[in-house]
Amino acid sequence: MSAPNSAYPDTPGTPERPQRHEWPLWEVFIRGQHGMSHRHVGSLHAPDAEMAIKNARDVYTRRNEGVSIWVVEAAHIAASSPSEKGPLYEPSESKVYRHPTFFDIPDDVGAM
Amino acid sequence: MDRDAAFFEFVCRMGDNTLVLGHRVSEWCGHAPVLEEDIALANTALDLIGQTQMWLDLAGEIEGKGRSADDLAMLRDAWDFRNVLLAEQPNGDFGQTMMRQFLFDSFHLLMLEALEGSTDERVAGIAAKSVKEVRYHVERSGDTVIGLGDGTSESHTRMQAALDLLWPYVGEMFQSDEVDAAMVEAGIAPDPASLRPAYDTAVRGALADATLTVPESDFAHSGGKTGYRHSEHLGHILTQMQWLQRAYPGATW
Repeated sequence: MSAPNSAYPDTPGTPERPQRHEWPLWEVFIRGQHGMSHRHVGSLHAPDAEMAIKNARDVYTRRNEGVSIWVVEAAHIAASSPSEKGPLYEPSESKVYRHPTFFDIPDDVGAM
Repeated sequence: MDRDAAFFEFVCRMGDNTLVLGHRVSEWCGHAPVLEEDIALANTALDLIGQTQMWLDLAGEIEGKGRSADDLAMLRDAWDFRNVLLAEQPNGDFGQTMMRQFLFDSFHLLMLEALEGSTDERVAGIAAKSVKEVRYHVERSGDTVIGLGDGTSESHTRMQAALDLLWPYVGEMFQSDEVDAAMVEAGIAPDPASLRPAYDTAVRGALADATLTVPESDFAHSGGKTGYRHSEHLGHILTQMQWLQRAYPGATW
């Protein structure tokens, strides 16, 4: 660990693994309570996964928000491209019957 | 020394350690090398100030002269402070701050774990609440010391310099005196000297992982926890920390 502008000066870059000049970016997911799923809350920089979890604890759970933290290096996330919006999402636009809004859900089921 | 006088001294030592170190750490707010560390350091400082509130409230109660935690924190002068010298040492670079934190946190954790078994319920209660925070402090500062010590040649050099500078302040935390003897007799607190073997095991282990060399000399600066002689740094901390109450006595917000 060191300041971003001096990180890893001893490790020369290679074509496959260029020399890093700052800590990698991590996306943070926090589960608010048992039974709920992890939700994306934001991102931060950290030198490794362990420190990313510690930083996430300090940055995102100060007000008792979480019971579980996931972090993943942002570079490992594959995302859909905005330009493919049409073919990806439009086919389902006209199919309202796919929404489960035609059922009455009892109140005591809770969060779904 | 009667029991209550010793008890007051002991609780001031606990509260002044957290007050002075908490203030020191808060000096990083807005200046830390990265945003994430800035927030983490501010969290640590706030934990320590919160613990100070509990300790100095209790100190005022034991003293029985109507002094509040605020009175003790803001209206005593340097010679009445009972923090160890390590706590008042300057921040230096980020590595020096984290080394100071690790050396103190490791002591703090052992002390609080022992105080959880205090015969005084108020002390045991404060310790139980604080120990949860301090377990995280030591985990974070320890990981950072290892990461920077076993890091680049630059970070290693800085961490070794920090250890060489601060190691002579470690011994004072474990020096026992008549206050400690009275606390042991009353079952309120452990003899700090008895915590040293566990400290050495934990700290030397981490410093070995950090590829750092512990100085051979056993020399230890002292005079902080007894109030006999603080370093010149404490007065400078107080001029900043107490300025508002000195300039505008009784000001509240």
